[in-house]
Amino acid sequence: MWLLLACLLGYAWKLLGYLVPASLLRNPRMSRIAGTMTIGLLASLTIVNAVASGQTLAFDARMGALAAAGIALWLRAPFLVVVLAGAGAAAGLRLLGWS
Amino acid sequence: MKLLQSPAVRVGLSISIATGLYGVSFGALGVTSGLDFWQTMALSLLLFSGGSQFAFIGVVAGGGSGVAAMGAATLLGMRNGIYGMQLNALLQPRGWRKFAAAHVTIDESTATSTGQTDPDEQRRGFWTAGVGIFVLWNVFTAVGALAGSALGDPKQWGLDGAAVAAFLGLLWPRLKGREPVAIAVVCALATVLAVPFVPGGVPILIAAVVAAVIGWFSHGRSDEGLEPDMDPYAEHHHPGSDPHRHPHRSHPHRSHPHSGGDAK
Repeated sequence: MWLLLACLLGYAWKLLGYLVPASLLRNPRMSRIAGTMTIGLLASLTIVNAVASGQTLAFDARMGALAAAGIALWLRAPFLVVVLAGAGAAAGLRLLGWS
Repeated sequence: MKLLQSPAVRVGLSISIATGLYGVSFGALGVTSGLDFWQTMALSLLLFSGGSQFAFIGVVAGGGSGVAAMGAATLLGMRNGIYGMQLNALLQPRGWRKFAAAHVTIDESTATSTGQTDPDEQRRGFWTAGVGIFVLWNVFTAVGALAGSALGDPKQWGLDGAAVAAFLGLLWPRLKGREPVAIAVVCALATVLAVPFVPGGVPILIAAVVAAVIGWFSHGRSDEGLEPDMDPYAEHHHPGSDPHRHPHRSHPHRSHPHSGGDAK
Protein backbone atom coordinates (compact mmCIF):
# COMPACT_ATOMS: atom_id res chain seq x y z
CA MET A 1 0.00 0.00 0.00
CA TRP A 2 1.58 3.25 -1.19
CA LEU A 3 -0.08 5.27 1.53
CA LEU A 4 1.66 3.37 4.33
CA LEU A 5 4.97 3.50 2.46
CA ALA A 6 4.56 7.28 2.15
CA CYS A 7 4.02 7.46 5.94
CA LEU A 8 7.10 5.34 6.54
CA LEU A 9 9.28 7.45 4.24
CA GLY A 10 7.92 10.65 5.76
CA TYR A 11 9.01 9.46 9.21
CA ALA A 12 12.34 8.29 7.79
CA TRP A 13 13.16 11.84 6.64
CA LYS A 14 12.39 13.23 10.08
CA LEU A 15 14.39 10.58 11.93
CA LEU A 16 17.29 10.85 9.50
CA GLY A 17 17.66 14.48 10.56
CA TYR A 18 18.23 13.35 14.17
CA LEU A 19 20.65 10.59 13.27
CA VAL A 20 23.05 12.16 10.77
CA PRO A 21 26.14 13.91 12.11
CA ALA A 22 25.78 17.65 12.67
CA SER A 23 28.46 18.41 10.08
CA LEU A 24 25.92 17.77 7.30
CA LEU A 25 23.94 20.71 8.59
CA ARG A 26 26.73 22.95 7.42
CA ASN A 27 26.17 21.86 3.84
CA PRO A 28 23.93 24.72 2.68
CA ARG A 29 23.13 22.96 -0.60
CA MET A 30 20.96 20.36 1.14
CA SER A 31 18.73 22.92 2.85
CA ARG A 32 18.59 24.97 -0.37
CA ILE A 33 17.27 21.99 -2.30
CA ALA A 34 14.80 21.10 0.45
CA GLY A 35 13.56 24.69 0.32
CA THR A 36 13.35 25.16 -3.45
CA MET A 37 11.65 21.76 -3.78
CA THR A 38 9.06 22.75 -1.20
CA ILE A 39 8.26 25.89 -3.19
CA GLY A 40 8.28 24.05 -6.53
CA LEU A 41 6.06 21.21 -5.32
CA LEU A 42 3.49 23.48 -3.70
CA ALA A 43 3.37 25.71 -6.81
CA SER A 44 2.93 22.63 -8.96
CA LEU A 45 0.21 21.19 -6.73
CA THR A 46 -1.63 24.52 -6.76
CA ILE A 47 -1.70 24.75 -10.55
CA VAL A 48 -2.45 21.05 -11.12
CA ASN A 49 -5.47 21.25 -8.86
CA ALA A 50 -6.58 24.48 -10.55
CA VAL A 51 -6.33 23.59 -14.24
CA ALA A 52 -5.64 19.87 -14.77
CA SER A 53 -8.48 17.51 -15.45
CA GLY A 54 -6.81 14.18 -15.99
CA GLN A 55 -4.42 14.81 -18.86
CA THR A 56 -6.26 17.79 -20.27
CA LEU A 57 -6.20 21.42 -19.22
CA ALA A 58 -9.53 22.93 -18.27
CA PHE A 59 -10.42 26.46 -17.26
CA ASP A 60 -13.44 26.09 -15.04
CA ALA A 61 -14.80 27.26 -11.70
CA ARG A 62 -11.53 26.26 -10.06
CA MET A 63 -9.86 29.32 -11.62
CA GLY A 64 -12.31 31.42 -9.65
CA ALA A 65 -11.26 29.53 -6.52
CA LEU A 66 -7.61 30.30 -7.27
CA ALA A 67 -8.36 34.00 -7.69
CA ALA A 68 -10.52 34.14 -4.54
CA ALA A 69 -7.81 32.40 -2.50
CA GLY A 70 -5.21 34.82 -3.84
CA ILE A 71 -7.30 37.81 -2.83
CA ALA A 72 -7.96 36.33 0.63
CA LEU A 73 -4.23 35.72 1.15
CA TRP A 74 -3.46 39.23 -0.06
CA LEU A 75 -5.82 40.52 2.64
CA ARG A 76 -3.91 38.35 5.18
CA ALA A 77 -6.88 36.11 5.89
CA PRO A 78 -6.18 33.05 8.07
CA PHE A 79 -5.74 29.68 6.37
CA LEU A 80 -9.25 28.38 7.05
CA VAL A 81 -10.83 31.53 5.63
CA VAL A 82 -8.66 31.15 2.51
CA VAL A 83 -9.89 27.57 2.05
CA LEU A 84 -13.51 28.60 2.58
CA ALA A 85 -13.08 31.45 0.07
CA GLY A 86 -11.83 28.94 -2.51
CA ALA A 87 -14.74 26.57 -1.86
CA GLY A 88 -17.27 29.41 -1.91
CA ALA A 89 -15.96 30.81 -5.19
CA ALA A 90 -16.04 27.43 -6.95
CA ALA A 91 -19.48 26.54 -5.59
CA GLY A 92 -20.84 30.01 -6.39
CA LEU A 93 -19.54 30.02 -9.96
CA ARG A 94 -21.12 26.60 -10.53
CA LEU A 95 -24.43 27.90 -9.26
CA LEU A 96 -24.10 30.68 -11.85
CA GLY A 97 -23.63 28.05 -14.52
CA TRP A 98 -19.87 28.06 -15.09
CA SER A 99 -18.85 24.39 -14.83
CA MET B 1 0.07 26.96 36.30
CA LYS B 2 3.76 27.77 36.14
CA LEU B 3 4.02 26.27 32.67
CA LEU B 4 1.44 28.67 31.32
CA GLN B 5 3.72 31.54 32.24
CA SER B 6 6.34 30.29 29.81
CA PRO B 7 6.17 32.35 26.61
CA ALA B 8 7.19 29.33 24.51
CA VAL B 9 4.36 27.23 25.95
CA ARG B 10 1.83 29.96 25.26
CA VAL B 11 3.05 30.43 21.70
CA GLY B 12 3.04 26.64 21.29
CA LEU B 13 -0.55 26.38 22.50
CA SER B 14 -1.87 29.14 20.26
CA ILE B 15 -0.13 27.74 17.18
CA SER B 16 -1.53 24.29 18.10
CA ILE B 17 -5.08 25.62 18.03
CA ALA B 18 -4.59 27.60 14.80
CA THR B 19 -2.90 24.73 12.97
CA GLY B 20 -5.06 22.01 14.49
CA LEU B 21 -8.22 23.72 13.29
CA TYR B 22 -7.27 23.52 9.66
CA GLY B 23 -7.09 19.77 10.04
CA VAL B 24 -10.84 20.09 9.29
CA SER B 25 -10.06 21.06 5.72
CA PHE B 26 -7.59 18.20 5.35
CA GLY B 27 -10.10 15.67 6.66
CA ALA B 28 -12.87 16.87 4.38
CA LEU B 29 -10.62 16.96 1.30
CA GLY B 30 -9.12 13.57 2.18
CA VAL B 31 -12.42 11.70 2.05
CA THR B 32 -13.58 13.54 -1.07
CA SER B 33 -10.30 12.83 -2.90
CA GLY B 34 -11.16 9.14 -2.95
CA LEU B 35 -9.56 7.92 0.27
CA ASP B 36 -11.75 6.39 2.97
CA PHE B 37 -12.00 7.60 6.57
CA TRP B 38 -9.22 5.41 7.93
CA GLN B 39 -6.82 6.12 5.07
CA THR B 40 -7.31 9.84 5.73
CA MET B 41 -6.73 9.30 9.45
CA ALA B 42 -3.62 7.20 8.75
CA LEU B 43 -2.09 10.14 6.90
CA SER B 44 -2.71 12.49 9.85
CA LEU B 45 -1.58 9.97 12.48
CA LEU B 46 1.44 8.47 10.72
CA LEU B 47 2.64 10.86 8.01
CA PHE B 48 1.82 13.93 10.14
CA SER B 49 3.14 16.73 7.96
CA GLY B 50 0.54 19.06 6.47
CA GLY B 51 2.25 19.73 3.13
CA SER B 52 2.98 16.05 2.45
CA GLN B 53 -0.53 15.01 3.44
CA PHE B 54 -2.17 17.58 1.16
CA ALA B 55 0.26 16.55 -1.60
CA PHE B 56 -0.76 12.90 -1.27
CA ILE B 57 -4.50 13.58 -1.51
CA GLY B 58 -3.92 16.26 -4.17
CA VAL B 59 -2.29 13.74 -6.49
CA VAL B 60 -4.93 11.09 -5.75
CA ALA B 61 -7.75 13.60 -6.39
CA GLY B 62 -6.17 14.53 -9.73
CA GLY B 63 -6.26 10.91 -10.85
CA GLY B 64 -2.58 10.25 -10.17
CA SER B 65 -1.28 6.83 -9.18
CA GLY B 66 -0.40 5.76 -5.65
CA VAL B 67 3.30 5.78 -6.55
CA ALA B 68 3.13 9.38 -7.79
CA ALA B 69 1.22 10.39 -4.64
CA MET B 70 3.86 8.73 -2.50
CA GLY B 71 6.63 10.41 -4.50
CA ALA B 72 5.18 13.90 -4.12
CA ALA B 73 4.53 13.41 -0.39
CA THR B 74 8.03 12.04 0.20
CA LEU B 75 9.82 14.79 -1.71
CA LEU B 76 7.83 17.41 0.18
CA GLY B 77 8.87 15.76 3.44
CA MET B 78 12.58 16.30 2.81
CA ARG B 79 12.57 19.62 4.61
CA ASN B 80 11.56 17.85 7.83
CA GLY B 81 14.96 16.16 7.69
CA ILE B 82 16.60 19.59 7.66
CA TYR B 83 14.45 20.62 10.63
CA GLY B 84 15.45 17.39 12.39
CA MET B 85 19.13 18.27 12.05
CA GLN B 86 18.53 21.78 13.45
CA LEU B 87 16.44 20.49 16.35
CA ASN B 88 18.84 17.67 17.15
CA ALA B 89 21.64 20.21 17.55
CA LEU B 90 19.37 22.50 19.56
CA LEU B 91 17.49 20.14 21.89
CA GLN B 92 19.73 17.06 21.90
CA PRO B 93 16.97 14.58 22.76
CA ARG B 94 18.13 11.24 24.16
CA GLY B 95 16.81 7.69 23.90
CA TRP B 96 13.10 7.24 23.09
CA ARG B 97 12.64 11.02 23.08
CA LYS B 98 14.64 11.18 19.87
CA PHE B 99 12.10 8.96 18.12
CA ALA B 100 9.14 10.83 19.55
CA ALA B 101 10.70 14.19 18.68
CA ALA B 102 11.24 13.03 15.10
CA HIS B 103 7.54 12.29 14.67
CA VAL B 104 6.42 15.77 15.76
CA THR B 105 9.14 17.53 13.75
CA ILE B 106 7.17 19.79 11.40
CA ASP B 107 7.22 23.40 10.18
CA GLU B 108 5.38 24.83 13.16
CA SER B 109 7.09 22.99 16.03
CA THR B 110 10.48 23.87 14.53
CA ALA B 111 9.54 27.53 14.16
CA THR B 112 8.16 27.73 17.71
CA SER B 113 11.37 26.25 19.09
CA THR B 114 13.92 28.20 17.04
CA GLY B 115 12.09 31.45 17.78
CA GLN B 116 13.19 31.15 21.42
CA THR B 117 16.66 31.86 22.78
CA ASP B 118 16.70 30.08 26.15
CA PRO B 119 17.41 26.31 25.78
CA ASP B 120 14.63 25.38 28.23
CA GLU B 121 12.16 27.57 26.39
CA GLN B 122 13.25 26.08 23.07
CA ARG B 123 12.56 22.62 24.46
CA ARG B 124 9.17 23.61 25.92
CA GLY B 125 8.15 25.39 22.73
CA PHE B 126 9.01 22.40 20.57
CA TRP B 127 7.15 19.84 22.65
CA THR B 128 4.11 22.02 23.31
CA ALA B 129 3.66 22.88 19.64
CA GLY B 130 4.58 19.38 18.41
CA VAL B 131 2.35 17.38 20.75
CA GLY B 132 -0.41 20.02 20.80
CA ILE B 133 -0.66 20.15 17.02
CA PHE B 134 -0.50 16.35 16.76
CA VAL B 135 -3.48 15.90 19.08
CA LEU B 136 -5.63 18.71 17.64
CA TRP B 137 -4.68 18.00 14.01
CA ASN B 138 -5.90 14.42 14.38
CA VAL B 139 -9.08 15.35 16.24
CA PHE B 140 -9.98 17.90 13.58
CA THR B 141 -9.00 15.60 10.71
CA ALA B 142 -11.56 13.14 12.07
CA VAL B 143 -14.19 15.89 12.35
CA GLY B 144 -13.49 17.03 8.78
CA ALA B 145 -13.48 13.49 7.41
CA LEU B 146 -16.86 12.70 9.00
CA ALA B 147 -18.33 15.98 7.76
CA GLY B 148 -16.82 15.45 4.29
CA SER B 149 -18.36 11.99 3.93
CA ALA B 150 -21.78 13.42 4.77
CA LEU B 151 -21.58 16.13 2.12
CA GLY B 152 -22.64 14.29 -1.00
CA ASP B 153 -21.34 15.73 -4.27
CA PRO B 154 -18.04 17.42 -3.35
CA LYS B 155 -18.05 19.58 -6.48
CA GLN B 156 -21.35 21.17 -5.58
CA TRP B 157 -19.73 22.37 -2.36
CA GLY B 158 -16.69 23.64 -4.23
CA LEU B 159 -14.33 21.26 -2.46
CA ASP B 160 -12.08 21.05 -5.52
CA GLY B 161 -11.78 24.82 -5.24
CA ALA B 162 -10.98 24.41 -1.54
CA ALA B 163 -8.03 22.16 -2.47
CA VAL B 164 -6.67 24.80 -4.86
CA ALA B 165 -6.99 27.41 -2.12
CA ALA B 166 -5.30 25.14 0.43
CA PHE B 167 -2.23 24.63 -1.76
CA LEU B 168 -1.98 28.35 -2.52
CA GLY B 169 -2.30 28.98 1.23
CA LEU B 170 0.59 26.60 1.93
CA LEU B 171 2.72 28.17 -0.80
CA TRP B 172 2.00 31.82 0.03
CA PRO B 173 4.10 32.25 3.23
CA ARG B 174 7.13 30.88 1.37
CA LEU B 175 6.99 33.50 -1.38
CA LYS B 176 9.20 36.03 0.35
CA GLY B 177 11.28 37.96 -2.15
CA ARG B 178 11.76 37.74 -5.89
CA GLU B 179 13.55 34.40 -6.17
CA PRO B 180 10.96 32.13 -4.54
CA VAL B 181 8.29 33.73 -6.73
CA ALA B 182 10.40 33.02 -9.81
CA ILE B 183 10.88 29.39 -8.72
CA ALA B 184 7.13 29.03 -8.16
CA VAL B 185 6.31 30.48 -11.60
CA VAL B 186 8.86 28.30 -13.41
CA CYS B 187 7.63 25.16 -11.66
CA ALA B 188 3.96 25.99 -12.29
CA LEU B 189 4.78 26.55 -15.97
CA ALA B 190 6.71 23.27 -16.21
CA THR B 191 3.71 21.52 -14.65
CA VAL B 192 1.18 22.97 -17.08
CA LEU B 193 3.40 22.10 -20.05
CA ALA B 194 3.80 18.51 -18.81
CA VAL B 195 0.13 17.78 -18.03
CA PRO B 196 -0.96 16.77 -21.57
CA PHE B 197 2.03 14.48 -22.12
CA VAL B 198 2.48 12.38 -18.98
CA PRO B 199 0.15 10.48 -16.62
CA GLY B 200 -1.50 12.25 -13.67
CA GLY B 201 0.82 13.00 -10.76
CA VAL B 202 3.97 12.91 -12.87
CA PRO B 203 3.89 16.66 -13.75
CA ILE B 204 4.27 17.36 -10.02
CA LEU B 205 7.36 15.17 -9.83
CA ILE B 206 8.79 16.93 -12.91
CA ALA B 207 8.31 20.26 -11.14
CA ALA B 208 10.14 18.84 -8.11
CA VAL B 209 13.12 17.92 -10.29
CA VAL B 210 13.13 21.40 -11.86
CA ALA B 211 13.06 22.95 -8.38
CA ALA B 212 15.87 20.68 -7.15
CA VAL B 213 18.05 21.64 -10.13
CA ILE B 214 17.43 25.33 -9.41
CA GLY B 215 18.36 24.72 -5.76
CA TRP B 216 21.54 22.87 -6.71
CA PHE B 217 22.90 25.54 -9.04
CA SER B 218 21.64 28.79 -7.54
CA HIS B 219 23.03 30.62 -4.56
CA GLY B 220 20.11 32.23 -2.74
CA ARG B 221 19.60 32.15 0.99
CA SER B 222 19.69 28.69 2.46
CA ASP B 223 16.43 28.89 4.38
CA GLU B 224 14.29 29.80 1.39
CA GLY B 225 11.05 27.89 1.32
CA LEU B 226 11.51 26.68 4.87
CA GLU B 227 8.96 28.99 6.40
CA PRO B 228 6.11 27.54 8.47
CA ASP B 229 2.57 27.63 7.08
CA MET B 230 1.68 29.53 10.19
CA ASP B 231 4.30 31.72 11.79
CA PRO B 232 4.03 31.32 15.56
CA TYR B 233 5.60 34.75 16.05
CA ALA B 234 3.66 36.56 13.33
CA GLU B 235 2.04 38.99 15.71
CA HIS B 236 5.41 40.17 16.98
CA HIS B 237 6.93 41.47 13.79
CA HIS B 238 5.67 43.60 11.01
CA PRO B 239 4.88 41.61 7.91
CA GLY B 240 6.10 43.13 4.72
CA SER B 241 8.75 45.30 6.33
CA ASP B 242 11.52 42.82 5.62
CA PRO B 243 10.54 40.45 2.85
CA HIS B 244 13.97 38.89 2.44
CA ARG B 245 14.63 37.67 5.92
CA HIS B 246 12.72 35.24 7.99
CA PRO B 247 14.04 35.79 11.47
CA HIS B 248 13.28 32.40 12.94
CA ARG B 249 15.12 30.10 10.61
CA SER B 250 18.67 28.87 10.35
CA HIS B 251 19.74 31.11 13.17
CA PRO B 252 18.68 29.18 16.21
CA HIS B 253 21.17 31.03 18.39
CA ARG B 254 20.34 34.47 17.17
CA SER B 255 18.51 36.38 19.81
CA HIS B 256 14.86 36.94 19.17
CA PRO B 257 13.97 40.48 20.14
CA HIS B 258 10.64 39.56 21.67
CA SER B 259 10.96 36.09 23.12
CA GLY B 260 10.69 36.11 26.84
CA GLY B 261 9.76 39.75 26.83
CA ASP B 262 6.11 39.12 27.41
CA ALA B 263 6.58 36.74 30.30
CA LYS B 264 4.79 38.69 32.93
